Amino acid sequence: MSNRPAIVAEGLQKSYGKTQALAGLDLVAEEGRVLGVLGPNGAGKTTAVRILTTLLRPDAGRAEVAGLDVVKHAEELRARIGLTGQYAAVDENLTGFENLKMFGRLYHLSGAVAKRRANELIERFDLVDAAGRVVKTYSGGMRRRLDLAASLIMSPPVLFLDEPTTGLDPRGRLAMWGVIGDLVADGTTVLLTTQYLEEADQLAHQIAVIDHGRVIARGTADELKTQVGGERLEVTVARGSSLDDALPVLSSYGVGEVAVNAEMRRLIVPISNGAQLLPTIVRDLDAAHVGLDDLALRRPTLDDVFLALTGRATAEEPSAEEDSAARRPMVRSNR
Amino acid sequence: MSSSDIRATQSLKPLVRPAIYWTFADALIVAWRYLVQIPRIPDELIFSTIQPIMFVLLFRYVFGGAIGGTGTSYVNYLMAGIFAQTVIFGSTSTGIGLANDLQRGLIDRFRSLPMAKSAVLTGRTLADLVRNTFVVIVMWSVGLLVGFQPQGSVLAWFEGAALLLLTSFAFSWISATIGMSVRTVEAAQSAGFIWLFPLTFASSAFVPTKSMPDWLRVFAENQPVSLIINAVRGLLLNQPDATTIWQAFAWCIGILIVFVPLASLAYSRRVAR
Repeated sequence: MSNRPAIVAEGLQKSYGKTQALAGLDLVAEEGRVLGVLGPNGAGKTTAVRILTTLLRPDAGRAEVAGLDVVKHAEELRARIGLTGQYAAVDENLTGFENLKMFGRLYHLSGAVAKRRANELIERFDLVDAAGRVVKTYSGGMRRRLDLAASLIMSPPVLFLDEPTTGLDPRGRLAMWGVIGDLVADGTTVLLTTQYLEEADQLAHQIAVIDHGRVIARGTADELKTQVGGERLEVTVARGSSLDDALPVLSSYGVGEVAVNAEMRRLIVPISNGAQLLPTIVRDLDAAHVGLDDLALRRPTLDDVFLALTGRATAEEPSAEEDSAARRPMVRSNR
Repeated sequence: MSSSDIRATQSLKPLVRPAIYWTFADALIVAWRYLVQIPRIPDELIFSTIQPIMFVLLFRYVFGGAIGGTGTSYVNYLMAGIFAQTVIFGSTSTGIGLANDLQRGLIDRFRSLPMAKSAVLTGRTLADLVRNTFVVIVMWSVGLLVGFQPQGSVLAWFEGAALLLLTSFAFSWISATIGMSVRTVEAAQSAGFIWLFPLTFASSAFVPTKSMPDWLRVFAENQPVSLIINAVRGLLLNQPDATTIWQAFAWCIGILIVFVPLASLAYSRRVAR
């Protein structure tokens, strides 16, 4: 059992009418690790999660979670997985405690055990004061915590988190990352979908980048970032100064070729140790009489990964599947 | 807080019971979920009760004097119609509630649990049955206040009540089918209601069908809502008509036979997206 991957998907396909959501998706998550599934809206992330959590049958391909086939052993599998979706799937008009107890009962725990487990999770997720209030009065972060608690009732060995931090404020996001880290430390296998490279970077041991329903790159966060070129320096040259004067300075510090956008008066160069080099670069630019409108160090964003991998920006991807108004904007800028 | 807190401190062994047990137990838990929140959203219950009360008052006092040929006092004639209309309109909340749960992702949560699959629909329809029972009791009291005098035996009244509740349950399943077939909560709302107006008004609910033009009268006298109303009216006023009662029950059972599987099918199709 021990060396068997906790999640295996092979050649998953799913179409909605003419829209192909999954076009032969392969995924593997090792036991006790976090697999980050990264992709824009409409890439097929949610469809993949729905198939792996038995909510949807694939048109073709097969998948196993915790050693159980997601189609053939769906019933059995449901007791061993937890799912937290994009919006908190808890009842707004029940209290936090009532929600957890109800879900415990629906996992077929006895009333007493369901109650004890609910209280345990309420304590763990810092909801003691709110446990007796209806969920309607909760903040977004509290709702997500309750939702996550609900998916942990059975202490599932495999947990699916579909964009768990979408719509949370930075504090809520950090808290959620903390909880996910704890779960993994405890041996839970996590499949996490996200639109944020930063999030995958923080949490995932392995990342699969997906687009148009198939994996277009996989590796660790560092491997992916190297692929997109890592850190970059962006310089916008003031009017009245010459781009040609700035070019030699930047190419002397860069680790790759300088990209020139004359229209925007912008130069972009891949760089390493940018923070340490920055003061010298500024001095040298000054010495070369280059006036600056803007100067910034950028870490790669999902946009950059996408641009590098597909030659397209993510934001131009409309989606049939995930485009409902309730969803969040596509990509958060990392600037 | 240490990470081990997330792990359960006791065994989490599910109870082992036959599937049929869970069919009922899970449905009751889902029904409980809806019922416990009724007092928490009082406006919903208040408005769904005020509407039939207004109908009672308006028909009793505004139209009542002008409507003849009922063979009894108008309020006695009216109440059976009001009861039927109330439970039928009330049943529309089944589809709306389910559409709402679907939109909020709750049904996905339920489906990711090892619970009985049927419980989502049966739980909701059962909860609406209980709620409708309450509303019928309220309407009965309002009726008494404005002069409603039921005749005959208490047993017959209970038979009438049973027919009304069966009607409520049957129409809930139609409503569930509609709610699971449309894409939005708003659509569930209007699609669930609109077809009920002709069915409840072009009936024997508020006026004797005799005054209607022939083409309408034929429809009004033979459609199920009229049959149900006539059966209930007979039972409440000590003029039970065995044939009508039999037909009314048959309609309800027939609706259930058709719409329980249809609603389940619509549900399966809807969630498979």
